[in-house]
Amino acid sequence: MQEPRQINAHPTEPPDAPAAQAQDAIIRVTGLTNRFGSQTVHEDLDLEVRRGEILGVVGGSGSGKSVLMRSILGLREPDAGQIQVLDTDARSRKREDRLNIERNTGVLFQDGALFSSLSVGENVQVPLKEHYSQLPDSWRYELALLKVKLAGLPADALYKLPSQLSGGMRKRAGLARALALDPPLLFLDEPTAGLDPIGAAAFDRLIKTLQEALGLTVFLITHDLDTLYAICDRVAVLADRKVVATAPIAEIEQLDHPWVQEYFHGPRARAARDSQAAYPRTAENKA
Amino acid sequence: MNPTDNRPRLEPEADDPTRVRLHGQWTLATALEVAERLREVPDEVMELDATGISRIDSAGALQLLRYVKRRGMSIGEVAFRDEHRALVSTIEDVADDRPKGKRDYGFVAALARLGYQVQDNGKEIVALLSFTGENLVKMLRILRDPRRLRVTATVYHMEQVGLDAVPLVILLSYLVGAVIAFLGSTILRDFGAEIFVVELVSIAFLREFAVLLTAIVLAGRTASAFTAQIGAMKAREEIDAIRTLGLDPIELLVIPRVLALLITLPLLTFVAMMAGLAGGVTVGAFDLGIPPQMYLARMQETIEIRDFFVGMSKAPVFALVIGLIGCLEGLQVEGTAQSVGERTTSSVVQTISLVIILDAIAALWFMQMGW
Repeated sequence: MQEPRQINAHPTEPPDAPAAQAQDAIIRVTGLTNRFGSQTVHEDLDLEVRRGEILGVVGGSGSGKSVLMRSILGLREPDAGQIQVLDTDARSRKREDRLNIERNTGVLFQDGALFSSLSVGENVQVPLKEHYSQLPDSWRYELALLKVKLAGLPADALYKLPSQLSGGMRKRAGLARALALDPPLLFLDEPTAGLDPIGAAAFDRLIKTLQEALGLTVFLITHDLDTLYAICDRVAVLADRKVVATAPIAEIEQLDHPWVQEYFHGPRARAARDSQAAYPRTAENKA
Repeated sequence: MNPTDNRPRLEPEADDPTRVRLHGQWTLATALEVAERLREVPDEVMELDATGISRIDSAGALQLLRYVKRRGMSIGEVAFRDEHRALVSTIEDVADDRPKGKRDYGFVAALARLGYQVQDNGKEIVALLSFTGENLVKMLRILRDPRRLRVTATVYHMEQVGLDAVPLVILLSYLVGAVIAFLGSTILRDFGAEIFVVELVSIAFLREFAVLLTAIVLAGRTASAFTAQIGAMKAREEIDAIRTLGLDPIELLVIPRVLALLITLPLLTFVAMMAGLAGGVTVGAFDLGIPPQMYLARMQETIEIRDFFVGMSKAPVFALVIGLIGCLEGLQVEGTAQSVGERTTSSVVQTISLVIILDAIAALWFMQMGW
């Protein structure tokens, strides 16, 4: 439903820069404030996610990355501020607004958050059943199988229970469920946490491949420097209760902020950057 | 923009009947219409042009792929917009023929399920017996080396299991005692033998009802709690952590709970006896015209201490049954929320049935022995 407007947007005259950005933003957060009791997590926070990008969100533990995601998804009522998701007010409680957001976003929680009593296939079919109950069972099954294979799992994983899967497979199954409705907007909460380096690199590649193939916009919370260097178009840094900067990673590295300096210039960051320079992962994507 | 533009449409090419242009949105939301449009494609069409499609997702792409395959065409011959090509080729890579569901139905499958069930029950019985043995051995070891006993945990569970259940046990026993007295009096009144209500209530409560009621209350209240507590710990690998730290989960978790039950269930049984007798006294005083002094005197004449001991002797057995089954089911939980629920149900069902079965066997035994 976004497509027609985009096609129609001033086809001849070149749009001025701010207007183009306004058109581009798929998520816009302005003046967000979140408090837990006397503790303020976010204060007057602004953030913009552009259509078609992978935005990495980084920040120290307790800097409110997950709270930000929960606010955008409407899982948490913020204390102040505006949140626009897919041209809908995320704080709205109207049924059609909620449906618009629910149908057009997919979320991968940490460790998958699969329903433990359902098989992987049933897990993936849950959103399809809820939102498109008019489809015949066999179609839902077929779409679930497709999503499971897209997420890089073998077809027989469809019948397995989440408890029978490894941590990495559970994340892939969670991703399959997040993709069930073909949402244009995908939220990933620390997708590579708890995976071994090989599994993490494979998962990074999977996200990038899917993002390119399905034209996704990805809001990606991570601690993983490799992920930031490998697949993120821009990086947003959460510190001091705000987003202190949103820019491509090369610019963020140069930022004069104590936390950023420590984060991007520690020994681990250097290793991640070096490996990226040696083996650019975009080349592997094409392969 | 025209609202019907979002619907999937076919547009036959005017000059070439073998070509069709596809329009609109081919997505999950329009999936049923997409199927209908694809059925409407005339048979002579040999070429599809999908560049008119404004939006396509994996559901739309999958249908298009299936159609193309059914008609013996190649998806490579279908023209797509550049921005859709990546999606279509990705879907093509992973899509293949629908595999069959693999659930079996029918007589053989039912027979197999029955067999598995019987086998599982057999295993359960063996597990319970060996678990009982393991616990007894470990209790003996604690007896030899009393420092191994977790006193704090035991006292904590005594409070949870025993003290907190006192109001409930008193209420239920008092009411059941009163009901038995009413029931007895309506029948005995016809014979003018209302005074026998005293024996009826006293013997019933001392020998059977006090201990049975208490055990059933604790089976519902405590066995389920034990299973859920230990099951949640099992699901979060806490039991494994206990083992790797060189501790014994039986000594740490099971014995304090079983011991707490062994101590408090007889005490609660005593409380239940008193409450039940009080119920009988109340009904006697207000409904049957038997003053409390007379009621108690009659009790002293007719009731033997043996009745009290017969009732009490069953309390430790029931305590063991409730404690051991509750803990064993908890230890058999397998990591999912579903499993915790199943095991909790199973522990309550098992304890209540086993308590009643054992009580019936005991009643027969005591009757035959003339006790």
